Amino acid sequence: MVAALGAVLAAAVGSGHASWVDVGTFAVAAAIVLAGAVGVVVARNPVHSALMLVMTLFGVAVLFVLQRDPFLAAVQVIVYAGAIVVLFLFVIMFLGVDRQEDIAVEPLRGQRPLAIGLIVLGTTGLLLLGQVSRWTTGAPHVAGVDAGRQSNVYLLGKSVYTTYLFPFEATAALLVIAVVGAVVLARRPPTSADPLPDDGPDTTGGTADGEPTPSDPAEGTDPANGAGPPDDDQGSVPSDTGRGADPVVPADPVDPADPVLTPEPVGSAEEARS
Amino acid sequence: MTISAGWYLGLGVILFSIGALGVLIRRNVLVMFMCVELMLNAANLTFVTFARMLHDIGGQVLVFFVLVVAAAEVVVGLGLVVAIFRRRANTTADDLHLMKG
Repeated sequence: MVAALGAVLAAAVGSGHASWVDVGTFAVAAAIVLAGAVGVVVARNPVHSALMLVMTLFGVAVLFVLQRDPFLAAVQVIVYAGAIVVLFLFVIMFLGVDRQEDIAVEPLRGQRPLAIGLIVLGTTGLLLLGQVSRWTTGAPHVAGVDAGRQSNVYLLGKSVYTTYLFPFEATAALLVIAVVGAVVLARRPPTSADPLPDDGPDTTGGTADGEPTPSDPAEGTDPANGAGPPDDDQGSVPSDTGRGADPVVPADPVDPADPVLTPEPVGSAEEARS
Repeated sequence: MTISAGWYLGLGVILFSIGALGVLIRRNVLVMFMCVELMLNAANLTFVTFARMLHDIGGQVLVFFVLVVAAAEVVVGLGLVVAIFRRRANTTADDLHLMKG
């Protein structure tokens, strides 16, 4: 690999008019990127994969800097290495799946050689295509000139807030949707019996901690909760906890109804299907 | 002065291929997500290279959006992993064969 890199270096310097500094930086960054990428694929431990991913991301950031794009390099390091990989590591540690995976086991016979063959074929085809044809056929600077006296950050910000304003706003909507989706997905599913007794003793325990001094709003809640379980006698204490107990008690008849209601359409649908 | 764009694009091709290979041959869902990130980074590198070649700011703006979409994808994907893990106590893609014909 080092010999190949040396050959690449010599070819780059000999063919083009690149300076040694640029070529050396590119070679080192490219080696880091490729080594990290291979490490992500072949590492058995997911934590090692995540750390290798950090290595690749830093290498790509260096390549961004090398292409006169410092802002995106900073964003790459902050967002990718600082947020996304930390999220990966957090989930790995949270789930406790950081055990070794046996890569040698091949569950689908013939899938791995087929995948490697396809990938090698596609990569070779793309690289050959790059050799024999022109890489770019587009017109230069359609969306905005990225050269001149203004800094990269100025041009990028101006472009985002003028030309690409609508995609930018759509990005905001996308982020909100992603946050809501993550919350809904990662929420503990409301099973039939378990959460409700948990909720009940929690609120009543909270009220039991407070002093049982009946007040007017609490008395007002008592008749409203009259249909509730007798635990409400403890719950009818300070006004705050009395208000807190209110949403709990109507939730009691609703939530048991969910597991009762939901299996019925499923069962009927399965019957209709069969 | 600087390195010709072909080297960057070739590196992007190889990086994308490694990522695609990882998605195809790995079974851990988390590692598959990381390989998707590798592919997104290869695309980002290509975008920046073309932006430099054509002196066009649009490529860099697109990298910006790709970053946002990658963040959203990771958030939702890891939420899915957590939800799956709660049911199966395993993050292997082969175990999710409920819809297998």
